[in-house]
Amino acid sequence: MQPFKYTKTTDVIATTKLLAANTRAKILAGGTNIIDLMKEDVERPDELVDITNISLAEIKINPAGGVSIGAVARNTDTANHQLIRENYPLLTQAILAGASAQIRNMATNGGNLNQRTRCPYFYDVAMPCNKREPGSGCGAFEGENRMQAIFGWSDKCVAVHPSDMCVALAALDAVVIVQGPTGNRSIPFTAYHRLPGDTPEKDNTLNAGEVILSIDIPTNSFQNNSYYLKVRDRSSYAFALISVAAALEISGGNITQARIALGGVAHKPWRTTEAEKYLVGKPANENSFKEAAIIAMKDARPLKHNSYKPMLATRAIARALMQATNGVAKS
Amino acid sequence: MAEIGKPIDRIEAFLKVTGTAKYAAEFNQKNMAYGFPVRATIAKGTISAIDTEAAQKNKGVIKILTHNNAPRLKAIDPQAMQQTGGMLGEQLLAIQENKVSYFGQYIALVIAETYEQARAAAANIKVSYNKEKPAIDLKTEMPNGIMPKQLMGEEAQLNEGKTASILDAGAVKVEQTYTTPNENHHPMEPHATIALWEGADKLLVYDATQGVMGARGIMSYLFSLKPENVQILSPYVGGGFGCKGSQWGHVMLAAMGAKAVNRPVKIAITRQAMQTNVGRRAETEQTVALSSGTDGKLTAMRHHTNTYGNLSDFFEPSGKQTAVLYSAPMREVTYKVTKLNVGTPTFMRAPGETPGTFALESAMDELAHELKMDPIALRVLNHTAEDPIKKHPFSSEYLLDCYKLGADKFGWHNRKALPRQLRNGKQLIGHGMATATYPAIRSAASVKMQMRADGSVTVMSATQDIGTGTYTIMAQTAADALGIPVKMITVKLGDSSLPPAPVSGGSTTAASVNPAVLAAGEMLRNDLMKLAVADTKSKLHARNIAELDVIDGRLFLIDDSSISDLYVNIMRRNKKPMMEVCTTAMPASGSGLGSPQVPCNLAPLKEDENSDEKKYAFHSFGAQFAEVWVDEDFGTIRVKRFVSVHDAGRIMNEKTGRSQIIGGVIYGLGAALMEETIHDKRWANPVTRTLADYHVPVNLDVPPIDVYFIGKPDPHISKIGARGIGEIGITGVAAAVANAVFNATGKRLRDLPLTPDKLLV
Repeated sequence: MQPFKYTKTTDVIATTKLLAANTRAKILAGGTNIIDLMKEDVERPDELVDITNISLAEIKINPAGGVSIGAVARNTDTANHQLIRENYPLLTQAILAGASAQIRNMATNGGNLNQRTRCPYFYDVAMPCNKREPGSGCGAFEGENRMQAIFGWSDKCVAVHPSDMCVALAALDAVVIVQGPTGNRSIPFTAYHRLPGDTPEKDNTLNAGEVILSIDIPTNSFQNNSYYLKVRDRSSYAFALISVAAALEISGGNITQARIALGGVAHKPWRTTEAEKYLVGKPANENSFKEAAIIAMKDARPLKHNSYKPMLATRAIARALMQATNGVAKS
Repeated sequence: MAEIGKPIDRIEAFLKVTGTAKYAAEFNQKNMAYGFPVRATIAKGTISAIDTEAAQKNKGVIKILTHNNAPRLKAIDPQAMQQTGGMLGEQLLAIQENKVSYFGQYIALVIAETYEQARAAAANIKVSYNKEKPAIDLKTEMPNGIMPKQLMGEEAQLNEGKTASILDAGAVKVEQTYTTPNENHHPMEPHATIALWEGADKLLVYDATQGVMGARGIMSYLFSLKPENVQILSPYVGGGFGCKGSQWGHVMLAAMGAKAVNRPVKIAITRQAMQTNVGRRAETEQTVALSSGTDGKLTAMRHHTNTYGNLSDFFEPSGKQTAVLYSAPMREVTYKVTKLNVGTPTFMRAPGETPGTFALESAMDELAHELKMDPIALRVLNHTAEDPIKKHPFSSEYLLDCYKLGADKFGWHNRKALPRQLRNGKQLIGHGMATATYPAIRSAASVKMQMRADGSVTVMSATQDIGTGTYTIMAQTAADALGIPVKMITVKLGDSSLPPAPVSGGSTTAASVNPAVLAAGEMLRNDLMKLAVADTKSKLHARNIAELDVIDGRLFLIDDSSISDLYVNIMRRNKKPMMEVCTTAMPASGSGLGSPQVPCNLAPLKEDENSDEKKYAFHSFGAQFAEVWVDEDFGTIRVKRFVSVHDAGRIMNEKTGRSQIIGGVIYGLGAALMEETIHDKRWANPVTRTLADYHVPVNLDVPPIDVYFIGKPDPHISKIGARGIGEIGITGVAAAVANAVFNATGKRLRDLPLTPDKLLV
């Protein structure tokens, strides 16, 4: 860890100004990822701006509809909040499927969005990684890539976004509210994270100086038919081989709305809109779900060590949709 | 033996749960500096330049050591080093030359005022290399392998080529290749060392080690010091599992650093260094062939292992159990070993048997399936009561009882003979079992014992408690020997200035140290009895000591317990503020591993103590039973319950013993389902860098584990009759799980770990 300056801010405007003025400054909230990265010398900020004193921890009803969750609200508090449990049980499930209880107690919602990939080549400064050091190459592309992407990767980067929470937020059509030096803007969740392309060093579409204020989730009617399914190498504290956030609206046995987002498959939470469209109007049964799963996987491009992922994802999507139909999501 | 065997709590438990038991890294010294080792980022080559200029300017940096300016260590002389009683983990002296033999090798040491400063500066050191083509992939390198002659001092190759014709003639034959991955020990406490010099020729080292005597021997050798001028302290160890059994580079670096800056230096190594610099279990490819008649009687067994070594002669001895189990008239055990530029392999919990029982016990399951025989029935049919190579009877052996008790407790009769017969929704349910075995080693050990005027007793030995319960069982043994309560006893260990004891490795400690505790206790008791009967003021005056017994520190006549005297009164009347004895207990076969010194009076061997390896084969045995639930869509395997039964002689403490076996089974579940150190095949860097990538079981992965002991004392290993149990618990676990997976799914998995993707193929 390189020496750095520690600054604690108390308002958003000061924070955005500070971040815009110093491009080597980084935000500190829960610290569950940035501190690790600094210890490993992956991140070398010269200043950490602690934003936990800014009042961004509220979880409240959004006057415009839905619920607004504050950027520095802790993952645990978010998952267990009554508004979330009642309105978005899918989000509760997804948050509780991630990390460990101790990490969730510290980690914030904004930090969950902005956490970096856990690709081992990114973490090892002795290895090439375009995300860490643009132009140095991608170690994982022809290296060990069992955990890496099957969608949307480029030869510059095959990393996946590690979050569970974000998979649910993508399915729930959340919106990220950010504030920058020039004002506020709203970013649809699926446009927040980006694909690597030629610039994998950029994880998301946040501009310099911008700070997340909240993540807003619109009202929906998925409460009774949603499910977060995570397939992993061990029962807890493991990143997803495949995860599925599935949400359905069912009327008279037929699907009227569907949402499917996948984790562990791409540089961003992966919405499968074509499969969702296919399901609308179909009976909520295994055949429809299997068909949708095949559609969701049709453009998958597995790498050398993750050819198991499309088949596993197909089965996981079908299972998650069936569980959602059976309505076991209430937690 | 009233105390031995009782399931009492660990006597140091309160210290541990309140955080007051101090581990090596916690003995901070005045004026202490921190060392951070720099590791090579290539697998093979030479360092052409190390640029430390920028790092030297980092705040807090005191000194940077490289091969150019490091204090010199005495050159390696394997024979002379063996004489010290210690062992280098690899034949490599830290930062003495510019050669790099594996990714992660130490190449420099930064010493700074704080840990963070040292680590920050280390990141600013620029190293240039002349790279050479490394050997990384076992499969592609195997053609370069050789068949070594020696394995830990014994013949490595057994009956090479002698089974082929018998195997081919067998009515039924199974031949399969099983593979096991690289694994790392990853004890909860990473290695840590604090070194301080007291003048130029005296060295004190706090070290997380499984062997204080061995560490003393190696450090005195490397720094050309008198052994008695080196003191190693290791009062508590947060797990060892073999990686702390020998001495590695960071211990040398701490002492070199302390010498170079003339201050105490602490080095606590990172989780990443735990994967490359303190040993590992090497990957194996094992081919097992079994043949039998149609009745299931084995006619031959062959077990060939392909594996690798690096900077030592050690290689994973995964054929060991195949030379011990079953009654086949001919067996062949061979090894081919190549060299890879990855961290040097070493002992890891049940070296050999852990991967080896996976292969052999999977093959036995495959044979049972071919024969349409019950897997237990096949093992019972082929049971042997003697060592099949040496032809010595086992010193004490209840393996058949283990099968029977385990089958009863597990409900084996409910198992379906054919696969895929049981399910619960999407979960396929299966049952599997395997035999467990591990050698029982006993070595010489010495113990000093003191009783003070208040009747309190201190038991001292340079042994270690690596989390196993050694403190507690030594107190229990001393309590029985002296006839006093456990609460009167303090145990001191983990200090090389105490009477020597062997390394806590190879499941030796309980079997080696407690006979010495017992002998010392009996000696002290005898001294007290002699004082009493010679004391005219004692009610026991002029009695024969053979007529006496003792309970709660009160000597009494066996025939009339009202005629008695207290230890404390005997000592007071005889003006003895303290009484002390020191003794060494040694098995008939000799001193055994690790402790050639005999510092105290040798306790005479009892006539009933036939601890002679030339007459008996010393082994423990067990049976492992697993129920697995396999998700038929996802291939995720969850072990739902486990039964583990062991014949390991007398159990010294039912509670700590049970914990040892539970720990072993969990370690085995890790090996079965998830543990693997994966290297990039181009650069040899481990990509499983942290405990988030290198998976060990979490609580949710651990089912109820029912442990049973046969508990019959081994009449030959020692008077106490206890064999070690640190390792047997892991053996056979992976095979029991894989066999259960076959029973659940009909798919035979022969490549550990059994991650979900392997069931989807």
